[in-house]
Amino acid sequence: MSAARAAARAASGLFGSVVGHGLYAILAITAVGCAATVKTDGYFANILMQAATYAIAVFGLSVVLGLCGQINLAQAAFFALGAYAVGLGTADYHIPFWICLAAGMAIAFASGGLLGLSTLRLGGHYLAMVTISFQQILTVVLLNAVWLTHGPDGVSSIKRPDLFAQGQAYLALAVAVLAITGYVVWRLANTRLGRAMRAVRDNEIAASAAGIDVYRTKVAAFAICAALGGLGGGLFAGGFAYVSPDQFAFSDSIVFLTMALLGGVASPVGSVIGTGLLILIPEWLRFLKSVPGLYLAIYGLAVIFIVVFMSDGIWGFIAGMFRRPATAPARPARSLVLKPADSGAPIALEVRRLAKYFGGLKAVDGVDLTVRRGGVHALIGPNGSGKTTMLNVVSGLYRPTAGRILVDGVDATALSAHRRTIAGLGRTFQNIRLFRSMTALENVVIGAERDGNTQVEDGHAATVERARAALEFVGLGDRYGDLVTSFSYGHQRLIEIARALAGNPTVLLLDEPAAGLNSSEKKFLHDLLDKIAAQGLTILIIDHDMTLVAGVARHLTVLNFGRRIADGDTVDVLRQPDVVAAYLGAQ
Amino acid sequence: MDLVLQLLFTGLGIGAIYALVALGFVLIFRATNVVNFAQGEFSMVAAYLMVVFAVDLGWPYWLSFLLAIGGMALLGAIFNLGVYYPLRNRTFLPVIISTIGASIFLANTVLALYGPQPQVLPGWFDTPGVQFGPVYLDSQYLLIIAVTIALVAFQYWFFEHTLLGKKLQATSQDKEMAALLGIPVARMIMITFVYSAVLGGIAGILVAPILFVSIQMGSTIALKAFAATIIGGFGDVAGAIIGGLALGVIETFGAAYISVPYKDAFAFLVLILFLAFRPRGLFGERVAEKA
Repeated sequence: MSAARAAARAASGLFGSVVGHGLYAILAITAVGCAATVKTDGYFANILMQAATYAIAVFGLSVVLGLCGQINLAQAAFFALGAYAVGLGTADYHIPFWICLAAGMAIAFASGGLLGLSTLRLGGHYLAMVTISFQQILTVVLLNAVWLTHGPDGVSSIKRPDLFAQGQAYLALAVAVLAITGYVVWRLANTRLGRAMRAVRDNEIAASAAGIDVYRTKVAAFAICAALGGLGGGLFAGGFAYVSPDQFAFSDSIVFLTMALLGGVASPVGSVIGTGLLILIPEWLRFLKSVPGLYLAIYGLAVIFIVVFMSDGIWGFIAGMFRRPATAPARPARSLVLKPADSGAPIALEVRRLAKYFGGLKAVDGVDLTVRRGGVHALIGPNGSGKTTMLNVVSGLYRPTAGRILVDGVDATALSAHRRTIAGLGRTFQNIRLFRSMTALENVVIGAERDGNTQVEDGHAATVERARAALEFVGLGDRYGDLVTSFSYGHQRLIEIARALAGNPTVLLLDEPAAGLNSSEKKFLHDLLDKIAAQGLTILIIDHDMTLVAGVARHLTVLNFGRRIADGDTVDVLRQPDVVAAYLGAQ
Repeated sequence: MDLVLQLLFTGLGIGAIYALVALGFVLIFRATNVVNFAQGEFSMVAAYLMVVFAVDLGWPYWLSFLLAIGGMALLGAIFNLGVYYPLRNRTFLPVIISTIGASIFLANTVLALYGPQPQVLPGWFDTPGVQFGPVYLDSQYLLIIAVTIALVAFQYWFFEHTLLGKKLQATSQDKEMAALLGIPVARMIMITFVYSAVLGGIAGILVAPILFVSIQMGSTIALKAFAATIIGGFGDVAGAIIGGLALGVIETFGAAYISVPYKDAFAFLVLILFLAFRPRGLFGERVAEKA
């Protein structure tokens, strides 16, 4: 797929409902107009300038924290990078403002990206500590690299662009940039990248199983956040004409974080509310600043209170009261097209001498498995026989100790989990892994967005269409707009299957789909599997329910103690004495 | 050579402090699966309590020490109830944010009460130190190393050879299973927080005579201690101790031979190097999440 097309696909969804956009445009134009024309005194203009530039940086946090669920405790440092780029560039080196602003954003973007690249493979704790470190190191550098930064004296006589040299015009510029970035951040949530971020936030393993590059998505979120910090900082420097290291300390990063949390990280509206409140309230409570520390102590306490009592922030609370019920679909979904049995070579999935050891435990010990295209192949065995480990190695969650895995004839042994999904594997999980903050449709859309899904190359509408078809296929088409958490356990399993099917996989891996289902749900599942098999899609299923397995599977592989003890046609295998012994005990 | 030995001694002394604070990190992490970002603040608060009791009020050093440690135990308990416990069933992100809030709150409350001027806390002994061959052994550094060895030994005995220690270990490994076996998990977590606060407090009181007692000392120590836990391998007790000692030595040599103003940057550099090339640390090995 060409880069331009990929970008278009990533950006599709930026343009959604007409009413919302109209409202937003009117609001934004009014705000810019007011900023440009309404006369205010210098004090109030300064507050507005600070609020507008800070809010841009807080938008960044709503991306990284709200959408992607990662923490950034160095937003003031990225803000400082933008501010110093504009400050030093225009004052010392006489470079035009716009170039400095762009350079500041680029520097912040690059540092955020590098910081993310070094840390984001690891857990969130590392990121928290590394961003704190980065923040403190930057402060040390700003103070000590006097030849570049002027040290504690700071940078003064920072220039603005000629067109916006006058205070009111510059404020209008800041508000306009705020409106534009706010729009982008607002719409980002419903783009492919935004959905990937939310998927990562909700469930990283499921996200990679749906074909999302978790690491790259996190790094992207982090770099975007840093770039918005740099943009806000650059505008801030132009607005106040003076910057110094103490404006961008760790405590300011906490202030940014508090602004994001107070307003609510889920939406840029929350960012604006939080920023506005936390700039105005301290102005009203100026007397608190006479006691050093008191003001920040209250901030610290506020952070705890917000997290404990109001985890969604002010806007999250308000928006929660107005959650729109899903509207019924205007037209019925199309029928779902799956990969037919004649879509390639006769072997869909091949596993050779696969082994997985955990220390001394040989969970899977040299197993061969050949899954023929167009059939249902079951992998069975007693508890602890290595079935789920095998599936996890095949789908890329575990690295094999030895052996090879070929998907559609292509060696996938070295591929990461999301690359194997792109290569054609789709899977479900024994313990259901859905994106719990999203609707059923959104969950399935993420599955349909798999790179390499030939069914949805005509843009976002086709993707949504396919997702609806997949939900219809599993019998949940009319509840597509409901949050997945409102579905029963059995229905959540079906949504997971729909998510995998929507990606149009070559092989569908089902990890104990019948576990925890009641008898009527099992019957439904059985019928569903027959329906999938009837279209010719290749299935590899693990389950304990022998009625189900014997009913749907044509081919059976039996594992015990990590080794293959039988393989062949279902009817034959179930008659073999060692299989009976493994299941029922020797007589 | 003499200078090298002298620096090694100093580095081990500072490193022992990092190791103690790192131990606090690790214990809370193992019990609750979250990193307590206010761990450094425990050291800072304890140092200020010592200044209040021993300097301002002029009470005996040992009594002040006991009172300060008692105060830390109380703080640990309040911290657990106010900062961790309400969020125990949420993901780690809100808990991190909450402990960061607590860290800001503690540091700035002390600032509001005590003002920004750094305070001086005298050492435990009147004798400044002894000359031992080419190396001058500062009494406070000797004390730090001795106390660290004693605490590590105590902790080993406690966790491996007492029933309470076993229960704490069980809680940290599998809370649900521990609860099913009748172990009062909430109380075990409470004990962990109290013990970690005391540990952090002891580290703060020991290091205070070497550094100035300041609002920033908490975050500085915490950053180093966290780097130490990563060097050692996250969640590993022996790793935290060795990582702390190694970091103290690296930093002391870096300051002596490379640059003093950027002394604090070495910890960050080592942290980044480890994250890039050996993120599991020297000893740590994490098991993949079960799918």
